[in-house]
Amino acid sequence: MPDPIQFELVIPSDVAVAQDLSERIVAELEVRDYSRRDIFGARLTMEEALTNAIRHGNGSNPELEVFVRCEINDERMLVIVRDQGAGFAPGEVPDPTDDEGLLAEGGRGLLLMRAYMTRVEYNELGNQVTIERTRSTD
Amino acid sequence: MSDSRHIDLGEVGDVTIARFVDKKILDESVIQEVQNELIKLIEVDGRKKIVLNFDVVEFLSSAALGGFVRVNKIAKADGGKVALCNIRPEIMEVFKITQLHRIFTIVDDVESAISSF
Repeated sequence: MPDPIQFELVIPSDVAVAQDLSERIVAELEVRDYSRRDIFGARLTMEEALTNAIRHGNGSNPELEVFVRCEINDERMLVIVRDQGAGFAPGEVPDPTDDEGLLAEGGRGLLLMRAYMTRVEYNELGNQVTIERTRSTD
Repeated sequence: MSDSRHIDLGEVGDVTIARFVDKKILDESVIQEVQNELIKLIEVDGRKKIVLNFDVVEFLSSAALGGFVRVNKIAKADGGKVALCNIRPEIMEVFKITQLHRIFTIVDDVESAISSF
């Protein structure tokens, strides 16, 4: 198995750069033989978390950046994503699975992140999310 | 019938089969193009029965789901119907987590989708 990795970097509010970073993280899980579901979920979660940081957190402002810290080993993936925005209240995101939410064109990202990850926690301000996925055993 | 870069279009009688070309549907620009193309089929070309064939799709984002929700709404408002087919298990799980399998017609294959209309 490869050695554990950890890195921190700052990316611009650019979804193409964010996608490259997502694929870099997914590749680290693939080489450590994480399950297919873990890998799918990690790709989806990174896409949602980084897109949220860029579009909603930073308002797609090219002058604002996204900070990412990542630690991956054989047992778990830990990623922290922080934007430079004013934050939000995750508890106030409408339920996308109720009758009204089903017809909404957005608002599903947080639900999906929580479904696939072991832990998704926001800081008090709401501009930083800590994402953890322990390796699935099935 | 012209194809976009992201959808291969075909017809079986009065049913339009739209087969996605991209393995991953996540780029905002791709999602917008796909959405626009499908809406054009409904609102301009007057297609009432549309099958979305996901056989090559391995990944999609929540933004892509939002695009399909919009297309479905527009089709219904226009008296049409959209059926989704050939969805891989991992993508189907996304539909179930988001409960979108309750509002979409989702079937196994193209033939079943055609029969669903």
